[in-house]
Amino acid sequence: MKFAIQVNEGPYQHQASDTAYHFTKAALDKGHEVFRVFFYHDGVYNSSRLTTPPQDDRNIVNRWADLAEKHNLDMVVCVAAAQRRGIVDEGEAKRNGKDATNIHPRFRISGLGQLIEAAIQSDRLVVFGD
Amino acid sequence: MSEIKNFLYLNRRAPYGTIYAWESLEVVLIGAAFDQKVSLLFADEGVYQLVKGQDTAGIQMKNFSATYRTLGDYGVRHMYVDRKSLEERGLTEADLVEVAWEDMESDDAVDNIVEVIDSAQAAEVLAGADVVFSF
Repeated sequence: MKFAIQVNEGPYQHQASDTAYHFTKAALDKGHEVFRVFFYHDGVYNSSRLTTPPQDDRNIVNRWADLAEKHNLDMVVCVAAAQRRGIVDEGEAKRNGKDATNIHPRFRISGLGQLIEAAIQSDRLVVFGD
Repeated sequence: MSEIKNFLYLNRRAPYGTIYAWESLEVVLIGAAFDQKVSLLFADEGVYQLVKGQDTAGIQMKNFSATYRTLGDYGVRHMYVDRKSLEERGLTEADLVEVAWEDMESDDAVDNIVEVIDSAQAAEVLAGADVVFSF
């Protein structure tokens, strides 16, 4: 089966990102396809490479990045949600005159059309959040 | 993309306490470009999103309630409201905005696509959706 995954909550504050990660990993391990993981609302915070949890805790950002690396997963952060919350890549920094970036290189910033496209192309859209 | 799916946006949160309602609306607006069959269902606190006469001056937040009245122009064909959620909050259909819809090609038109439905009908709407965006 082909899945699209939507993550609506930030890391650590809420379990949604953990559950989405475990679901995505399990689906991939079972041989299913994940068309795209789309991060929306506070979910965009899952892409900050500056995230520094205590050493004895899971690193949610790196864990997503490792999974993406292993399975060549497409992980998209909503541009409008990211701008509101200060998630920035090189292009956005230049466009909006910001002096820094913070996105992990395994994630990419793009538009909401990527969510709609994923929902159309996939057999199931699975939304993680409240 | 030739495939047409039934999209359902499920809105369950009040308009200003969190950003979910506004960012859900942004998905609906952007999604219009994809020419899918689009319905919205408002339930629980989400019914407040459609209440008429909102004034956000006191909380200094952007009042986006007028946007709902334009959704007919963004390819939204049905806006369902859960009757039980309305009644639990002391609201009636008369408290809600009206949203007109018109098909530019066929001249089909509906004066108001906002429709209050009971739980059994809401279950049917959910069952009939290919994709449910839950906000």
